[in-house]
Amino acid sequence: MNKFMIGAVAGAFLLAGCQGKTTGEAAGGDAGAATQITGAGSTFVYPVLSAWSADYSKETGTKINYQSIGSGGGISQIKAGTVDFGATDKPLDPKELAESGLAQFPVIVGGVVAVVNIDGIDKGKLKLTGPLLADIYLGKVSKWDDPAIVKLNPGLKLPDAKITAVHRSDGSGTTFNFTYYLSQVSPAWKAGPGADKSVNWNGGVGGKGNEGVAAYVNQIKNSIGYVEYAYVLQNNMAWAYVQNAAGNYVAPSADSFKAAAASADWTKTKDFYLVMTNAPGDQAYPITASTFVLMPREPKNQAASDAALKFFKWSLENGQPQADKLDYVPLPATLVKQIEDYMQANIK
Amino acid sequence: MTSEPGSPVSLDERAGDNGRGETVSSRSQIAEVSSARSHSGLAERLFHWVTGGAAWLVLLILLAVAYSMASGGALAFKTFGFGFITSTSWDVPNGQFGALVAIYGTLVTSAIALIIAVPISIGIALFLTEIAPVWARQPIAVAIELLAAVPSIIYGMWGLFMFAPFMASHVEPWINDHLGVLPVVGPLFTGPPIGIGMLTAGIVLGIMVIPFIASVARDVFNAVPPTLIESAVALGATRWERLWNVTLPYTRSAIVGAIFLGLGRALGETMAVTFVLGNAHDLSASLLMPSNSIAAAIANEFTEADTELYRSSLVALAFLLFIVTFIVLSLAKLMLARVERTMGRTN
Repeated sequence: MNKFMIGAVAGAFLLAGCQGKTTGEAAGGDAGAATQITGAGSTFVYPVLSAWSADYSKETGTKINYQSIGSGGGISQIKAGTVDFGATDKPLDPKELAESGLAQFPVIVGGVVAVVNIDGIDKGKLKLTGPLLADIYLGKVSKWDDPAIVKLNPGLKLPDAKITAVHRSDGSGTTFNFTYYLSQVSPAWKAGPGADKSVNWNGGVGGKGNEGVAAYVNQIKNSIGYVEYAYVLQNNMAWAYVQNAAGNYVAPSADSFKAAAASADWTKTKDFYLVMTNAPGDQAYPITASTFVLMPREPKNQAASDAALKFFKWSLENGQPQADKLDYVPLPATLVKQIEDYMQANIK
Repeated sequence: MTSEPGSPVSLDERAGDNGRGETVSSRSQIAEVSSARSHSGLAERLFHWVTGGAAWLVLLILLAVAYSMASGGALAFKTFGFGFITSTSWDVPNGQFGALVAIYGTLVTSAIALIIAVPISIGIALFLTEIAPVWARQPIAVAIELLAAVPSIIYGMWGLFMFAPFMASHVEPWINDHLGVLPVVGPLFTGPPIGIGMLTAGIVLGIMVIPFIASVARDVFNAVPPTLIESAVALGATRWERLWNVTLPYTRSAIVGAIFLGLGRALGETMAVTFVLGNAHDLSASLLMPSNSIAAAIANEFTEADTELYRSSLVALAFLLFIVTFIVLSLAKLMLARVERTMGRTN
């Protein structure tokens, strides 16, 4: 394993060296020349991040090269020091951050939506509760006309058909937020698969990426899956209500994500270590999630790190219109202020 | 390993050498004669070293690949021992990894692919060389070679968006009703008709493999010496007798080579399988159920493998794919050698 790792790390450093060089040269030239920032990680944040970086490079000439390889990939790349920032939908706990010399802050909020493909059932018709969703994924509720589902949905004609539960085959922040929510609401889930970027699924089918899950749910009759909100809109999928902590059935939308973001209390967190699923607000969407950026506290490449900080500051302050357009929720102003203070204090 | 059965080099050789080594020996005689006559000894030696170097390089690269896979997977093998191969659990958060589901899925989908592709490919090749009207041969041959040029991800998308729904709505319910009720083999064919699973993946793989086997087989059939065919015709053989007794035996080892080529592609195919296999680490008797393959598991999970043991387990999977491919191809080759021996005795 050692040799393998050394090879991998050496390769990574070679890459980093090249990137460092180009960045250094650019910065060493005249002040207006383009700087390049490299980042990797979360696929969830990719659409809005690429919109932001397009706008930002038009304004400042700074280029952001972001590889959406998944949250786990983002974490390992920033730890290996091959990129200037990493992005993850699963926050690292303060202990792990301290050990690896990283700082962390949220940049955007979105929602994970339960989508279904059942003949005759349109979007926003089916109602589910968190524990019921957990039971479906555990295989305890295996048919759509199970009494538990029928009881919640008196008017709906549910078929006598086996449920195919679709999950992510790759490790993913979406899976983390989904399973974290299931662990919060279902003791059986907590004791069983638990919450992680990939868990030990009980049967079902695995799709790669949000697009893979969306495609499987679209193709497989009587299936259920979970995807980011943007994919629900893009694919015009039938989503199901999931009861929130206050007992209401709230539709997934920018407003209900905002309500969840507003009811989350970030002030008491260390390193913004907070997962906002099952938020208490009346109108809060239950499976609301945020993407976090990871950066080294003491960067090796000072110029790129400064440029990255400037970019995220700019995005937090000016990124709302793009976020709205792409169905993400920008962070509340108080939180943005808190993040900027944090950046100042924690990242060189 | 340089004469690895899947490699086109050895195919060409075998196409010409009739599997009995006659051409090879005459080839080396020619080489000796020409080198004796040659005045440019240096060029001759250079040629020797360049070609020899190229051949040895392949062996070296293969060994290097095997070594890096083995050392990368050492942690997984150390942690789980032999259990890594026999365990079906793939529990990422608890750090439990086993390769059996992926190995099983790889072998079953490849087997289905070959069961479908071999008879069809040989049929296509025989039709093109013996039966089709001459004007139709070239266009059909080109069409088949074009099929081989289609990238695998296209097959994957076609499989997911067109073929899987077709399987789910038309084929699998029929299989459930008619084959699922049979004794003994019934469990192979019962399961929810979701269209995504080992059977669908095997069929898609079969379609992908057909052009490889068919186009090599066609070239090989074309290479049967006309004198042999003329002799058979002169003896009054019918077309069927000619094909069965002359063409097929004459080309047998080359055809096996063509099948290896297809098998190699089926065993290692990644993207198309990922799309239609379901990527589930579950062991199931039913061919209609989703499963996983080694290549698909690696492609799906490598970027997100963030613990040392997880990454090592995926590399260990890669090593196993290497070994599985090697074993399967060696077994096939042994079988072939045995057939050749018994044939030699009866002759």
